[in-house]
Amino acid sequence: MLIEARNISLDVPDMSHQVLIGHRRKLRILKNVSIALKKGETVGLVGESGSGKTSLGRSLLRLHEPSEGQILFDGQDITHASAAELKPLRRRMQMIFQDPQSSLNPRHTIGSILATALKLNGMDASDKSIAAVLDRVGLPSSAIRRYPHQLSGGQRQRVGIARAVALKPDFVVADEIVSGLDVSTQAQVLDLLKGLRSEMGLALAFISHDLSVVRSLCERVVIMKGGEIIEEGGTAEVFAAPRTAFTRTLIDSIPLPEVRPGWLDS
Amino acid sequence: MSPVIDIRNLSARSAVGPILRDVSLSVNAGEVMALVGESGAGKSTIAKAVLGILPAGIEVTGGNIFFEGTDLLALSPARLRDMLGVRIALIPQDPLTSLNPARRIGDQLTDGLRLRAGMNRKRAFDRAMSLLNDVHIREPERVLKRYPHELSGGMRQRVLIAQAFSLNPHVIIADEPTTALDVTVQKQVLRLIRDMQREHKTTLLFVTHDLGVVAQICDRMTVLYGGKVLEQGFTAQILKNPQSPYTRALLAASPRYDQPEQSLEPVPEALIAELQREISA
Repeated sequence: MLIEARNISLDVPDMSHQVLIGHRRKLRILKNVSIALKKGETVGLVGESGSGKTSLGRSLLRLHEPSEGQILFDGQDITHASAAELKPLRRRMQMIFQDPQSSLNPRHTIGSILATALKLNGMDASDKSIAAVLDRVGLPSSAIRRYPHQLSGGQRQRVGIARAVALKPDFVVADEIVSGLDVSTQAQVLDLLKGLRSEMGLALAFISHDLSVVRSLCERVVIMKGGEIIEEGGTAEVFAAPRTAFTRTLIDSIPLPEVRPGWLDS
Repeated sequence: MSPVIDIRNLSARSAVGPILRDVSLSVNAGEVMALVGESGAGKSTIAKAVLGILPAGIEVTGGNIFFEGTDLLALSPARLRDMLGVRIALIPQDPLTSLNPARRIGDQLTDGLRLRAGMNRKRAFDRAMSLLNDVHIREPERVLKRYPHELSGGMRQRVLIAQAFSLNPHVIIADEPTTALDVTVQKQVLRLIRDMQREHKTTLLFVTHDLGVVAQICDRMTVLYGGKVLEQGFTAQILKNPQSPYTRALLAASPRYDQPEQSLEPVPEALIAELQREISA
C-alpha cells in the first residue's frame, strides 16, 4: 500500500459550544476511518457537505494530525511526524484545490507560482522545464508570464494540476477540482487527469460530491456520512447494487438529462 | 394565449463586446422555461435584464422585454421598482450572500410584506410564519428568530423561496437556485419550487447549467451560447432529439452514472470555431 489510514479519528474544537473556563468541548469529525490506496489507484471520496470527505483527504496528506489511529505513507508511520520529518515526503504527496482562484497567488505569474514549487523541492525551475509542465497540462508556454486572473477557470485549474504534478508526486488528493467548471471544461480536465494518472502511476484520492463524475473516473469509491465510511467497493459494484439505503438515495437523487415524469416525487 | 414574458430581439454589450445577440424568447403563464448554457452564454444577463439589475458597464443596445404587455425597458426606475418583488421576484443562487447576515430571518422575510403589502408588524409575522410552513420549515416561529448563518444551506434556500413567493408575483426568476446544494437537498428544493410554482400558477424562468435539472423541472428550454439563442423548444423533445450540434455536444460532455461506458467528449474545437463565426456574423 502506498498510503494507508488505519482507524483514524479526528477531533476539532467545537466552536458552537461556548466556554468561559477550561477546555472547549471536542467535536469528532472523523470516526474510526480506514482506507488504503495502492500505487496507480483512483479512489473517489464521496459524501454530502459535512460528511468528512475533505477532512479525510487532508488527513491522508497529514495536513491534519489524527487524534487516534495511524497514517502510513509508503510503509512509514507519519501519524505524528513533525514538519521537518514530513518535509522530504511533501514532494511525493500533493493536493489540488477546489478553487484555483483562491489557491493561486494573484500577484504572482503562473511561471513564478510553478517555479516556487519546483525550487522548494530542489527541482529544475528553468523556463524550459516550466514550459514542458504547462504543455503537459494543455497550456501554452505564453502562460508563464500571465497572472491567474488573466486565465479562464478551466485554465486556472490546469495550473493547479500543473503545480501538483510538476513535482512528480506518488499520491495526489484532488478536492472537488471540477465542481466549478462547465461540463465541457470538466470533460477536458477529467481527460487530463486520466492521462496523467496512467502516465505517472499516480495514486489519486478524488474528493467529489458528484457521483456521475466519480463513476466515470474512479475504480473504487468510498461513501462517507457523518465522519464515517458507510460503504465502499468497486465503483461499478456500488452503483449497480448499493448496500446501504443512503448510497441508494444519493444515486437516485442525481437528475438525469432525460424527462422522467414522477422522478421529483419519488 | 399571450405570453407573460416576451423578450424580443434583445441585445446588450459590455466594454469587451456584445454579450446578448438578438435574443428572443417568450414564456406563457404558468410555464417553466429554462435558460441553459455554459458560463458566458448570457443566461444570467437575460435574467438580470428582466429584473432591471444589469451591472454597471452592461448596456442594452436594442430590443424589448415585455412583461404582460408592458415594455420593462421603457419604464422609469421608480415604476420598475414598484414591480420588482411584487410582480416579478427572484430566487437567487447563493442564499448566504443574498440574506443580510446581521438581520434575523423574520425581519428580512417581513420587509416586503410590510413595505409592499402594507401589513403591520403583527400581520406580517403571521404571514411569514405561514410562508415558512408552506416551504416545509418546521418550527417556523423559532426559525424567524434565527440569523442566516444559523441555518443550513437548504433551509436558507427555502427561506428565499418563501420570500420570492411572499407577494404572489406573476413571474419568478430562479438563478441557479440549487447549484450550491447537496444532491439530496437539491431534489427536495426542486420539488418545492415545482409544487409552489404549480400551486400559485407562477411563470418561472429557470437559469441553470445543469441539463439534468432542466429535464426534471422545465417545460421548455432555451439553449444559449455566447449571448445567442441556438435552440428553443420543449424539453422532452430537445433532450431526446437535439437539433443544434452544440446541444448535442453539451449532452456528450455531461457524465451520466447510468452510462459509464460513454466517453466524455468536450465540445469540439471545430464546433466552437464555427459557433464563434456564427455569432459574430
